[in-house]
Amino acid sequence: MGELSVNHLLGIKYITKRDIELIFETADHFKEVINRPIKKVPSLRDITIANIFFENSTRTKLSFELAQKRLSADVISFSAAQSSVKKGETLIDTVNNILSMKVDMVVMRHANPGAAHFLSQNVKACIINAGDGAHEHPTQALLDSYTIREKLGELAGKKVVIVGDILHSRVALSNIYALQMQGAKVKVCGPKTLIPRHIESLGVSVEPNLKKALEWCDVANMLRVQNERMDVNYFPSTREYAQQYGVTKDLLDSLHKEIVIMHPGPINRGVEITSDVADSSQSVILNQVENGVAIRMAVIYLLASKIQ
Amino acid sequence: MSQKILLTSNEVNIILHRLACQLIENHHDFSQTVLVGIQPRGIFLAERLKKIIQQDYNIQQIALGYLDITFFRDDFRRTNKPLEANQTKIDCVVENKKVIFIDDVLYTGRSIRSALTAIQSFGRPSEIELLVLIDRRFSRHLPIQPDYYGRQVDAINNEKVKVSWKENEGEDGVFLINSNHQK
Repeated sequence: MGELSVNHLLGIKYITKRDIELIFETADHFKEVINRPIKKVPSLRDITIANIFFENSTRTKLSFELAQKRLSADVISFSAAQSSVKKGETLIDTVNNILSMKVDMVVMRHANPGAAHFLSQNVKACIINAGDGAHEHPTQALLDSYTIREKLGELAGKKVVIVGDILHSRVALSNIYALQMQGAKVKVCGPKTLIPRHIESLGVSVEPNLKKALEWCDVANMLRVQNERMDVNYFPSTREYAQQYGVTKDLLDSLHKEIVIMHPGPINRGVEITSDVADSSQSVILNQVENGVAIRMAVIYLLASKIQ
Repeated sequence: MSQKILLTSNEVNIILHRLACQLIENHHDFSQTVLVGIQPRGIFLAERLKKIIQQDYNIQQIALGYLDITFFRDDFRRTNKPLEANQTKIDCVVENKKVIFIDDVLYTGRSIRSALTAIQSFGRPSEIELLVLIDRRFSRHLPIQPDYYGRQVDAINNEKVKVSWKENEGEDGVFLINSNHQK
């Protein structure tokens, strides 16, 4: 073991393979901790963490809060709807006001790509990016890789297809970086309108046909169609999307092998996957949620150890 | 760096048998007892004692767990060394059992303080005892004393007591290492 090469977690792009391994090794220990009768350790009792969510979130916010509480940190959380941001305060002012109340670490979700990076250069606190627009969502990518590693042993040589709305997805970009760093092969699959141009330059290939993509892969990561980010129609109708890119039990049964189905949530049942697939033994969706707490504990613990 | 032998392999073996006998004297058939090796180096001693009690004294049912104290330490963010976590493996119930903490060297007592907090995550033992191979007396920061010890050693602060195990280092032995000459 050792320490992370960075002082903030802004994206997978900024960390190394060794960092990912260290986070996974630490998460193994925390996964054991959260399965004890008493699921709490006192490591961070002198650390205060602010969770600032400028965009809606249920799972990520709960997961971060739980991880922080399991580590005994003091936690304050707020979402933008109730904050002074609505009154015209700038991001730096908002965060500096929070920091003057002696906060050591900030977990932030923001609609603008690069918001976390910008903050890390302008305020004196450790920053964890909990999603910045369509840019990165590093803890989600880490917990996805961790779940694959748990299920399939290791990532090197494994084939992962990311299906759905790649264009608006921060999960897709972080996952591509994380999976490639660990030696996995990545394909993306979705309607042409939802695949970013020049995505091949990241070293991933595009497969427009879902059946072919599933035949190729070991793991399928199904993304949600992010209607809230769509200013124009990217496909004719939800029904047509579900028929072309929705995974059904029949489709899975027609494959010659068993693949692992992942989903970062929230699921739109009947659109990207049907209920019987989401609840099947091939789905690791709830494992992802459990691992999310362990991964976030590991990230927070390792970054906190670097706070002076 | 100079190194002095405190205990040879033969002496370690005699002491281990004596400690095993002392444990049997107090814990009889071990049905109400759980041995807990403190990670990382207490587990070798705990495994060895378990083996001696099973093989030489024919008491087969002995519960043994490993306890890692990393996340319970009081020097998180206060030391420059990154703290390394190890596996915790407690597959048995400690609630209402007599727990024996087992570690190789007792020095400041801070590890044992952490272990006392850590074990509570698994339940409320009826009592907790402490067994160490080496007791560095006069070095304690906290009011913690062992119930069983192999040898008491008076060492000054820049000296280090190192316990080697056959399973790990190839040979049993206890050494006093003086790091003064490193400078």
